[in-house]
Amino acid sequence: MGVGKELKRVDAYEKVTGGAKYVADLAPKDLLVAKVVHSTIANGVVKSFDLEEALKVPGVVKIVTCFDVPDIQFPTPGHPWSVEAAHQDVSDRKLLNTRVRVYGDDIAAVIAENEIAANRAARLVKVEYEVYEPLLTTDEAMAEGATTLHEEKPGNVLAHSSFQLGDMTFDQALKEEPSLHVIERTYETQPVQHCHLEVPVSYAYMANGKIIVTSSTQIPHIVRRVIGQALGVPWGQIRVIKPYIGGGFGNKQDVLYEPLNAFLCTQVGGRGVRLELTREETLACTRVRHAIKFHVKGAVREDGTLVARKFEAYSNQGGYASHGHAIVANAANAFKQLYHEEKALESDSYTVYTNITVGGAMRGYGIPQSDFATECLTDDLANAIGMDPLEFRFKNCMPEGYVDPHTKVKFNSYGLKKCMEKGRDYIHWDEKRKAYGNQTGPVRRGVGMAIFCYKTGVYPISLETASCRMILNQDGSIQLQMGATEIGQGADTVFTQMAAEVTGITEDRIYIVSTQDTDISPFDTGAYASRQTYVSGKALKQTAQLLKERILDYGSYLLKMPSDALDIQDNNVVDKESRECLVTLEALATEAFYSLDRSVHITAESTYHCKENTFSSGACFAEVEVDMPLGKIKVLNIINVHDSGTLINPKLAEAQVHGGMSMGLGYALSEQLLFDRSGRPLNDNLLDYKLPTAMDTPDLHVDFVQLDDPTGPFGNKALGEPPAIPVAPAIRNALLHATGVAVDSLPLDPQKLVSHFKEAGLI
Amino acid sequence: MYDIEKYYQAKDVADCIRALREDPDAVIISGGSDVLIKIREGKMAGCSLVSIHGIPELEGIRMEDDGTIVIGPATTFSHITNNDIIKKHIPILGNAVDQAGGPQLRNIGTIGGNVCNGVTSADSASSLFALNAVLELTGPDGVRLLPIQEFYSGPGRTVREHTELLTAVRITRENYEGFGGHYIKYGKREAMEIATMGCAVHVKLNADKTAVEDLRIAFGVAAPTPMRCTKTEESVKGMPLGQELLNAVGKGVLEEVNPRTSWRASREFRLQLIEEMSRRALAQAVIYAGGEIHA
Repeated sequence: MGVGKELKRVDAYEKVTGGAKYVADLAPKDLLVAKVVHSTIANGVVKSFDLEEALKVPGVVKIVTCFDVPDIQFPTPGHPWSVEAAHQDVSDRKLLNTRVRVYGDDIAAVIAENEIAANRAARLVKVEYEVYEPLLTTDEAMAEGATTLHEEKPGNVLAHSSFQLGDMTFDQALKEEPSLHVIERTYETQPVQHCHLEVPVSYAYMANGKIIVTSSTQIPHIVRRVIGQALGVPWGQIRVIKPYIGGGFGNKQDVLYEPLNAFLCTQVGGRGVRLELTREETLACTRVRHAIKFHVKGAVREDGTLVARKFEAYSNQGGYASHGHAIVANAANAFKQLYHEEKALESDSYTVYTNITVGGAMRGYGIPQSDFATECLTDDLANAIGMDPLEFRFKNCMPEGYVDPHTKVKFNSYGLKKCMEKGRDYIHWDEKRKAYGNQTGPVRRGVGMAIFCYKTGVYPISLETASCRMILNQDGSIQLQMGATEIGQGADTVFTQMAAEVTGITEDRIYIVSTQDTDISPFDTGAYASRQTYVSGKALKQTAQLLKERILDYGSYLLKMPSDALDIQDNNVVDKESRECLVTLEALATEAFYSLDRSVHITAESTYHCKENTFSSGACFAEVEVDMPLGKIKVLNIINVHDSGTLINPKLAEAQVHGGMSMGLGYALSEQLLFDRSGRPLNDNLLDYKLPTAMDTPDLHVDFVQLDDPTGPFGNKALGEPPAIPVAPAIRNALLHATGVAVDSLPLDPQKLVSHFKEAGLI
Repeated sequence: MYDIEKYYQAKDVADCIRALREDPDAVIISGGSDVLIKIREGKMAGCSLVSIHGIPELEGIRMEDDGTIVIGPATTFSHITNNDIIKKHIPILGNAVDQAGGPQLRNIGTIGGNVCNGVTSADSASSLFALNAVLELTGPDGVRLLPIQEFYSGPGRTVREHTELLTAVRITRENYEGFGGHYIKYGKREAMEIATMGCAVHVKLNADKTAVEDLRIAFGVAAPTPMRCTKTEESVKGMPLGQELLNAVGKGVLEEVNPRTSWRASREFRLQLIEEMSRRALAQAVIYAGGEIHA
């Protein structure tokens, strides 16, 4: 086995039989239950509470309000802590907030003996507010006279960044060449949610002076740090345990309710308290993908040369900073990276506080939004000069060997154009672009596509550090401990394969410890970006080499041969040349443990500080049928082709792409978290929030261009997030091809489409 | 954990009515797919329930001697869809209830609950309107029969008295024999959906299958309650099959419906759906009735 093989998931059996333990399975029986009381206004101040009725509910133990929590503001995003104050995350919320910035802000919490009592009491908490006008859009929040949501940021702009490439401005480029075709448009994306199966849930109790929190999180080590910061407690006094979790997709790359849960347990003498969100709370009160409004311009020469572009983005942050400006900054970078313009690129990005649900990390981290704007503009530019949009991309897209002028991240293994070629052949691009060129009638077909690029880890924007520990057992098997987390993506399986590849120990004798316990597990910042197989994989590779070296060193002692004449293959120490088995690893390990002459417990542990990064890329091609009178888009055929380097496990890679494409389809066609004028979420449940069902999902086709990436530990690079990126613009462009109607906002839902078709006189 | 203060399992219809008389706040629960959701949302927290789940006389489908089809109100959607009498005589209804929610819901949700919940979007309602279904309500004073058109009194409201129980849904032979029917549910997704619009068309053709003899067009979500478009129905009786018929129906219904704008869909969008869906449902119903409309 080893790398490149389709090893069955190491957690498959436990998960399908129900044996795998999640937070709820581990929770002790006698826990108290906490219920958060959420504000029923979006913008204002809590003046007072009347708890009389709520406290009368039998079973209520305690009610904690925003007037009872430590006066400490803390950050929530799952970023490595920065030791430089200027780069530290924004600390802008307390455990419970008196200053309300979101409809559903956390203003109090009930602790009760059971869920029913907690819910009854939470409904009976009476709140008096000072109410301000809700600011729902970036325009409203930036308008003159808008209330300031955070006193540290008057005017509500959390951050603004800009850059320019080329030696002239966009307007100067136009002035130089008045014959350029210019497109100017506003593209808009909507807030959507991760909709992981398992809602955020944790329980906390105190023992031996420590606060122990078991949580469904992607980032246990970061959760520990943030709980410490939020409670003003030394970080070592916090212990966070992360068992199997039911998905995260970035929402659990934020420290959500663990600090409050930890605090509440301290308020009842350290007794265990469980805090589990409802689906409604998950949708309304955790994180969403940022809605971003893009004002973009592009100028193209008659021959298809991209001459200049201008990008202006307004990212709707919602009430708290969370991942903040990192998202739209990432979006601006991808807009820059994906195409080369001959003369000028201008970019301006704003992140703006508003009163809607907080924007945070979500699979793709700003790039699905960016790619929608970038790839809509690309098709609209190609259309403007009557050029085939695929040909236009071949001509102008990022070239082989591309290096980001700002971050210096390099495209080390370039498969972008090969992905475009594969997709073109699969979908029969040339034939279908022609065949669907001149249709009449109410039902029409079209093909569209989009490309993307994505950097694998977060270096050099952020620290990339990971560690790994391996322990040889008496029988020659090993424990593999990673700080990196399994969140459903298959990390445990690919780590096991990597360990087998390097050590020569077969996968069945490698026991990966899936649970991270910050008191025990090595450090890693966790599952986010598309970093773990790349960054944590490097830590694993280094550690496995170290372990192998130590085993062979003992082998050298045992066999009285130089260690460089030895190797490990299929659980045996072999002669490096002849491959002859010299001693089994089992015999060696038993000897090493119990030798009366030289007893050694062979372990290896190391940290890898990763100062490399690389681009992955890919393309989506889609064929759609549009039923105009009913406003429905049916995806007839769709393929994602990915340039993700060497695949560690092709079957898991394919499944990863399926999941991402499904997420992309929902983003394209149906998903949107809606708010009324007061900022109240309208569809914070899975009936009204239109996550696609199995019945809505077409067959998903996947292909890869496998090129060895020289910087990857095993030739690999990003695949976790990329599949979700190009689907929405590909479908929008297919709709454009089918009907000639350019829809510039997501989702492409029926009511919106019908109104566009009516406007265009098509129905 | 559901916040239920009192729960009583009725033994039979009479016991249920007695329990309802004794507790003026009691709510009937059958499959629970509407009631439990409201309890969970807190709207009915602390409620008192009388369960009719598992009462044999309320379940099943039978045909009486005169051809009347009688559907027990506690019959689940999936039992209706898979029932031979339904499949043979009123497939429109089996098809309609097969579009409610997902498989789990259809295995627990009942037609009686769907009707008594009183909502305009109920998947069974427009087909039952088109079939001129009659509801049998049993109360302390005996049984009364009520055409379904008279059952709904407003959004989420019906004329059922607190102490009354829906004990049967009845469809007489003249309301299904010789008809072809089709229900179209329009939702934003293909499953797990509450109808944005529902349209049921029930049509009977003349002997040589060239013209409309009888037509019923019913909608869910086109008004605060499910409704029929009786003026349009009357106006096209006798019309030959053809584009003109489709146009007359598509435009005619627009004069009768009254959809509202909500955040889920605008009035204008619903009107577009009403026109298009009535045409498509009619064209398909005509095929089921043995005719064809050439485009």
